[in-house]
Amino acid sequence: MVRFTHWLNAISLVVMTMSGLQIYMAFPSFGAKIPQEDFLHFPEAMRLGGWLGGALQWHLTFAWLFTLTGVTYVLYLIVSGKWRKVIVQPREFRGIWPMARHYFLFKPKPEQLEPYNPLQKLAYTSTIVFGVVAVITGILLFQPAQFALLVKLLGGFGMIRVYHFAAMIGFLSFIPGHLLMVVLHGWNNFYSMLTGWKRDPDYLANSSAPQ
Amino acid sequence: MNDYSQRPPLTARDLKRINRRQLLKLTPVLAVGALTLPPFSEWLLKTGLGWTDRAAEAFFNPRRLAQTFSNHQLTPFEQFPINSYSDYNPETDLANWTLTVEGLVAQPGQYTLEQIRALPMPSQNVKHICIEGWDVIGNFGGARFSDFLQLVGADPAAARFVEVSCLDDYYSSYDMESCRHPQTLICWEMYGQPLTAEHGAPLRLHMPVKLGYKSAKYIYSIRVSNVLGKEKGFWEDQGYSWYGGI
Repeated sequence: MVRFTHWLNAISLVVMTMSGLQIYMAFPSFGAKIPQEDFLHFPEAMRLGGWLGGALQWHLTFAWLFTLTGVTYVLYLIVSGKWRKVIVQPREFRGIWPMARHYFLFKPKPEQLEPYNPLQKLAYTSTIVFGVVAVITGILLFQPAQFALLVKLLGGFGMIRVYHFAAMIGFLSFIPGHLLMVVLHGWNNFYSMLTGWKRDPDYLANSSAPQ
Repeated sequence: MNDYSQRPPLTARDLKRINRRQLLKLTPVLAVGALTLPPFSEWLLKTGLGWTDRAAEAFFNPRRLAQTFSNHQLTPFEQFPINSYSDYNPETDLANWTLTVEGLVAQPGQYTLEQIRALPMPSQNVKHICIEGWDVIGNFGGARFSDFLQLVGADPAAARFVEVSCLDDYYSSYDMESCRHPQTLICWEMYGQPLTAEHGAPLRLHMPVKLGYKSAKYIYSIRVSNVLGKEKGFWEDQGYSWYGGI
């Protein structure tokens, strides 16, 4: 279930980002329409859909898949109790800094007792937050008149576009670190995401589980 | 180090189950492959657009009003985008202009601007949200479309759609419920002044519950019907959502 939703999600994220950039290019600004000051332009190779209408079809079609996958995954985490493995908990906050020192400053690796370390759990938790923000702001951009009050409370249609864009940047900032870790941890780790069987888990070496 | 040796031997049932799981694992790979095939992706996107329209229709509440704004929140008139699809302003003969009404109505025929202007005229400061992603707040004055539909004797129980034709060759079509929304106006005024040529003189639609491209300008003909033709709208026929509800 985790692997299935992960790979469906990976596909939808690529489609959502690329078509999202194409939609954004129809009005590449977060300010007024008149006078319009463009904020950023994205090259055509990063976009999907060819034009605004085509991109919206991709974006809204995969929005349903993305939402469905996300809801399925979160429900699975809750029902199976596995959320403890993935969601960072307050008592783990002090474990984040030593782990960050290990990764960014090449300090010794703290002892690891769980499959995922606190920094890793923080990263995974943040993607769920970005997902929720992306879906909620997406629904508001889709139906701003029906959810007028919420749109107003959050600062208006233009601000919600900003939050939606920010959620995408959040996701994008997760991906390089995620892929780097996958590469660093080698084939075995990637293999387990494909098949579900983990070889040589190093957290078992540090725990009292029988070898 | 390899703990495969500690697994119990696999039974035939296990193997069968694993096979099924292996197949399931291929789903994302198959999905990516299929997306690159135009017939599949076209079908998928068309289906997706259908879901989206149905979702927008489900979100739409005929009694829920779009937000209204005070006069000082209005976008200045000069900053209200024209964004005409071709910047083509038809040379309308305003003196002889009439609105043709046909289809499932009790009183089809030609309606003059005077007849339409005799209806009560609400004026509203509402958002105009473009599919491109920008929004402005404009003032619109005109008759409720629902009042006009009642005047011409359109039976909302019998007729499901309204099709609109425009002098600049633009066209669109709508669900009856959205046309009867109290904030859907047929306007002859913006910002307290008669409509200018750029904004669709002499008569335009404005629908705060729909995206901007649904607010057709330069209307000259309305057709009430039960079945939509092949041509559903200028942009809609190119791939925009037909429903366009927001």
